Amino acid sequence: MATSLDAAEGLSHRPPGRPARAARLRLSGLFWRHSWAKALLLLAPPLLAFILVYLASLAALFISSFWTIDPFTSELKHVWNVDNYRTLWQTGAYHSIALRTIGIAAAVTLTDAILAFPLGYFMARIASGRSRAFIFVAVLLPLWSSYLVRVYIWRLILDDKGVLNWALEKVGLPAANLGYSNWAVWLIFTYVWLPFMILPVYGALERIPDSYIEASRDLGAGGWTTFRRVLLPLALPGVVAGSIFTFSLTLGDYVTPLLAGGASSQFIGNVVYDAINTQQTPFAAAFAAVPLAVMGVYLLIARKLGAFEAL
Amino acid sequence: MEQRGTRVALGIWTALVVLFLWIPLALIAVYAFNKSNVQSWPIPAFSTHWFHAAWTSEVRTSLWLSVRVGLIATGIALVLGSMAAFGVARFSFFGRDAISFLLVLPIALPGIVTGIALNSAFVTGHINLSQWTIVVGHATFCVVIVYNNVLARLRRSSPSLLEASADLGADGWQTFRFVVWPVLSTALVAGGLLAFALSFDEVIVTTFTAGSQNTIPLLILGYIRLGQQLPVVNVIAFAMIVLTTIPVLLAQRLMRDTGVLRRSAGNVTEAVESAQVTAV
Repeated sequence: MATSLDAAEGLSHRPPGRPARAARLRLSGLFWRHSWAKALLLLAPPLLAFILVYLASLAALFISSFWTIDPFTSELKHVWNVDNYRTLWQTGAYHSIALRTIGIAAAVTLTDAILAFPLGYFMARIASGRSRAFIFVAVLLPLWSSYLVRVYIWRLILDDKGVLNWALEKVGLPAANLGYSNWAVWLIFTYVWLPFMILPVYGALERIPDSYIEASRDLGAGGWTTFRRVLLPLALPGVVAGSIFTFSLTLGDYVTPLLAGGASSQFIGNVVYDAINTQQTPFAAAFAAVPLAVMGVYLLIARKLGAFEAL
Repeated sequence: MEQRGTRVALGIWTALVVLFLWIPLALIAVYAFNKSNVQSWPIPAFSTHWFHAAWTSEVRTSLWLSVRVGLIATGIALVLGSMAAFGVARFSFFGRDAISFLLVLPIALPGIVTGIALNSAFVTGHINLSQWTIVVGHATFCVVIVYNNVLARLRRSSPSLLEASADLGADGWQTFRFVVWPVLSTALVAGGLLAFALSFDEVIVTTFTAGSQNTIPLLILGYIRLGQQLPVVNVIAFAMIVLTTIPVLLAQRLMRDTGVLRRSAGNVTEAVESAQVTAV
């Protein structure tokens, strides 16, 4: 039916000009009427590439976590079992590594939220247009500047002979010696991911109409009550959206614990990295499933709290 | 409005947090001019010596590899990302949200998962790790940057522009050239710049998709771990901060000129969307 319609239109309104242009016009009309065909043509290449490369690799990885490596030949044995997961479950060291990873990720998220909220409030409601733009760029540039460089510079700062101890000595305080410890890991993650928290929190606070706060004041609420009962609930989706980044990025990292952590700062990522380097892919896959499962639960909760609208 | 005391307190807090973000970046600029081999504070003497010393053949090879990988990955991301954005923006169909969710996965999931998944796929498929496997790894997370930028722009521009163009007799190519492209070009350039900046700096996925070759971040990661060549690391670190600043400031300017930074919810959303998507 569509073809006969096209033919009829082509006959009655054949546009003047070169035949190539007429063909192009007909093609445009065809795509206009059958928009699904255009959508399909546009979506097929990126989606196919994505599914074939990314999703297939992910799926293969998690299938392999149910296989084992033959300890003698180092060949992958395609025998279904849950040995890798059993090892994880029964080894105390892996428990403490998983708990440390999740614990520090949670601490980093909380610290970033506390640092970001007043700043977001200042940007959204107090700062003038010019200083808002300035703060925006001041937050944006560190976000995009090299992650590795920002971790490295903190190594220099926290070093025994670094800037921190020098400054503490100048004001007469004892040396902190934070370098190569879990404190260093927490501090560096907090620093590195802070811009990811600031931007969505600012976005959420900016969307709260001034009149809500005035209404809260008119009804007799003090500053604290207004914050707790009006601002915080309305800005929560922004905080949760930011926390998706701070939490997930910390969970999956291995570079910061490697460069700035101490002997007992191993993260899940470090164990996975070592397992891959010793060709124990199935075990690496099984342990990598832990942050993946944690993120899955986290994303479900985040969706309930409306974080995806705030992204 | 807030009381004066509250406003001042919030202003001080903001200033302190911004200083917290910037003091370390300023310090790396100072360390780059450190004459000594020892990285302690205060710096004994200043020198530009290490800027010459850093230009070794190893550094040049890595730099060239990083630039090549970044350019190719950005090219792939521009094509695939804008195709997906066009497909999703103009048509509504079942599973549309699933596509957005799918494309965001490489940056929402922990980076190490993407890294080892691709690594074991390459190993299983007997594909030798090379420049091209790094490109594949980077392209998976760069696509979403372009996708988000283009999608945000398309959502803000009215579809009636296209209808008007067709009514006035334009064919598909003319509509693209004279209507779609002017609306879209800055979003594409901004998305491309950000994708390049992201690729240029990536460590975690790169570790698992690079064979024996080193991108610039892998090279300095190796130096830092072994505690070698730290003066050279300082110089490269400083150069990387400066070099990534340029594309980001340019992208920011492009978005601002199109009104992104004006105070209105929709505009801020686009700025925030385009700013916060990164994988590291």
